[in-house]
Amino acid sequence: MKIAVCAKQIPDPATPYELDPEHHWIVRPDDQILDDTDRYGVEIGLQLAEASEGSVTLFSMSPAGNLQGIRQALAMGADKAVIVSDPALKGSDALVTAKVLARAIQQEGFDLVIAGTESTDGSAGVLPQQLSELLEVPALTFAKAVEHDGDTIRIHRQTPDGYDEVEATLPAVLTVTAGVVEPRYPTFKGIMQAKQKPVEQLTAADLGFDATEVGAAGSAQYVRSVTPVPARQAGEIVEDDGEAYRKILEVLEQAKVV
Amino acid sequence: MSDRLRAVLSEPEAGRFGPEADLIRATVRSFVATEILPHVDRWEEAGTFPRELYPRAGDVGILGVGYPEDVGGTPTGLWGQIATWEEMARCTSGGIAASLGSHHIALPPIVAHGTPEQQARFVSPVLAGDRIAALAITEPGAGSDVANLMTRAVRDGDHYLIDGSKTFITSGVRADQITVAVRTGGPGHDGISLLVVEADVDGFTRSGPMAKMGWWPSDTATLYFDRVRVPVANRVGPENAGFRIIMENFQMERLQLAVSGYVTAETAIVEAWRYATDRTVFGRPVAGFQANRHRFVDLVAETTAAKEFTYRAAEGIERGEDRTTEISLAKLLATAAAEHATYAAVQLFGGAGYLRGNVAERLYRDARILAIGGGTSEIMREIVAKRIL
Ligand SMILES: Cc1cc2nc3c(=O)[nH]c(=O)nc-3n(C[C@H](O)[C@H](O)[C@H](O)COP(=O)(O)OP(=O)(O)OC[C@H]3O[C@@H](n4cnc5c(N)ncnc54)[C@H](O)[C@@H]3O)c2cc1C
Ligand SMILES: Cc1cc2nc3c(=O)[nH]c(=O)nc-3n(C[C@H](O)[C@H](O)[C@H](O)COP(=O)(O)OP(=O)(O)OC[C@H]3O[C@@H](n4cnc5c(N)ncnc54)[C@H](O)[C@@H]3O)c2cc1C
Repeated sequence: MKIAVCAKQIPDPATPYELDPEHHWIVRPDDQILDDTDRYGVEIGLQLAEASEGSVTLFSMSPAGNLQGIRQALAMGADKAVIVSDPALKGSDALVTAKVLARAIQQEGFDLVIAGTESTDGSAGVLPQQLSELLEVPALTFAKAVEHDGDTIRIHRQTPDGYDEVEATLPAVLTVTAGVVEPRYPTFKGIMQAKQKPVEQLTAADLGFDATEVGAAGSAQYVRSVTPVPARQAGEIVEDDGEAYRKILEVLEQAKVV
Repeated sequence: MSDRLRAVLSEPEAGRFGPEADLIRATVRSFVATEILPHVDRWEEAGTFPRELYPRAGDVGILGVGYPEDVGGTPTGLWGQIATWEEMARCTSGGIAASLGSHHIALPPIVAHGTPEQQARFVSPVLAGDRIAALAITEPGAGSDVANLMTRAVRDGDHYLIDGSKTFITSGVRADQITVAVRTGGPGHDGISLLVVEADVDGFTRSGPMAKMGWWPSDTATLYFDRVRVPVANRVGPENAGFRIIMENFQMERLQLAVSGYVTAETAIVEAWRYATDRTVFGRPVAGFQANRHRFVDLVAETTAAKEFTYRAAEGIERGEDRTTEISLAKLLATAAAEHATYAAVQLFGGAGYLRGNVAERLYRDARILAIGGGTSEIMREIVAKRIL
């Protein structure tokens, strides 16, 4: 099975994000890491590939930087990576990102595309569905368990109350929720081998886009303004005079926790 | 703000180690976080840890870090090794790190001077975590004075017959194979050879784990050799050429002990700061007093200097240079930093720092061996004095 895994490089969430003041885009440093969400996708991809003697190719759109995020995923065991990196892509919204990734994936060929449900830095939560539309294949979303059997892929789709069983024939797009599996940490061998693995870098033009179709110019979506998260309010302090538990119970009941 | 201090102390400068070593660091961090930290307190109290940890560390590549590929290792370069040692030392248990790392002193002579057969038998299975390896030099009658060791190996056809004993041997209780320094020739350093002894041979016995001030989960033992027959094929390097190999081997051991030293110091400082910002005395956090803030800065200065000096030695080694002087100084500096920082950490924790189970208490006890093992601080001074005065 030929598996395409979306792997987004993002600025380390442990360090505060910087937004450029004019367009409010995230400033992307050279050092970007693999979005934690995508580690689950890579893991599922590797497991499915191991079971089907298939291959895993990573797809990413972002300034390449030092490729540390991509290396991380290659070190886990992915076979190769295709990264679309081009100043012309600056300002692309989710739909444009989906168009770019879809074309790169199409060009490579695929049986299954795996993505996270929602990226950590952008959190739009729409890109995989857009991919499925563009690639004209079904989307199986919010998978918390995945089973593959010949041409069929079956998942447990997470719902607020439990899960739905969803099934589709390949090719398809699949999104996995964080925590579905325990992603392997790269072994030392994997880390050293990753150096040798092919990383193909493409520009928007390589995929047949002209500059007006991508980047801010090609995007319908733009960020009008950004408001800081309001500072957290101080909590309410309940002094215990022996009866404080009543007050606490009241609060918990109001919050519908008990 | 303990995160800021932690970053200053334990996050390497960007680009310092290189991309592979950065990934290796991340992997060892995850390994320590999932496989060791949740169990540390229990294993410390038990004075041991499960043997399965060796193959787990082997699978990831931790045991084989820096070893050639053909013996089952991953040639990561020295920065990959240092990243690994640093993160292993952050498990807060010197004993676990020392046990899992005992092969780093037992195997390098075999890798550098052994035959391909010896490497296949004695190196690969250890790097996989299937066998445990120890190095035995110290004897009841000879520690610092290695050239005076007494354990004798007398040639008997295709074998040596070993008589004598070794003591304070890390992983001595569980080791499947021991790289043993023996006297095959006359007195002094020209009469010493290295033999690999397998633990299941007749005449070989050992003590149970020795009770120690620190490094509790590490199985330290005394080993007894009573007419132990070892094939000549188990000799590493030429006969009577062991002393030079031992001295060469000490270099990497001392570099590792320097790393353990500054990481122990860093951990103690971060833990103490965490506590000092939280604990209130006289209406202020402990960390709010200038006397204490300055003390923290002094500790950071000493520790960072020791670390940077160790890196300097490492840079020279990577270029293939003899860095004996710098390594000896690095061990001296970094192990002293560990002592000062762990002492201060216990002090800053107050009474809580004296109680068993407190991390400062453990670091304080564990730190004490660093200036003794692998050559004492006095021996480091002797080495440097001989080379620079
Ligand atoms: C105003 C604006 C400006 C932008 N500017 C830039 C820019 O300058 N340069 C640039 O490269 N991008 C830019 N982007 C794209 C942006 O970073 C996201 O890649 C894109 O919007 C997808 O949104 P998301 O991350 O919220 O996707 P979601 O729908 O939350 O993502 C779901 C999953 O899709 C996959 N995925 C999403 N994005 C990518 C990706 N880029 N590569 C691989 N897999 C991915 C991941 O598996 C992810 O878990 C911009 C977006 C916006 C809205
Ligand atoms: C927990 C632990 C683990 C160990 N693991 C191992 C192991 O795996 N393998 C192994 O072979 N050994 C091991 N050792 C032994 C260790 O290497 C020795 O203890 C150390 O080298 C010191 O030797 P010694 O104990 O015989 O002390 P001695 O050599 O007797 O020294 C006693 C004192 O004299 C000082 N001294 C010695 N020479 C001089 C001098 N020229 N000038 C001034 N002062 C001097 C020393 O510094 C020390 O303070 C371990 C020890 C411990 C405690």
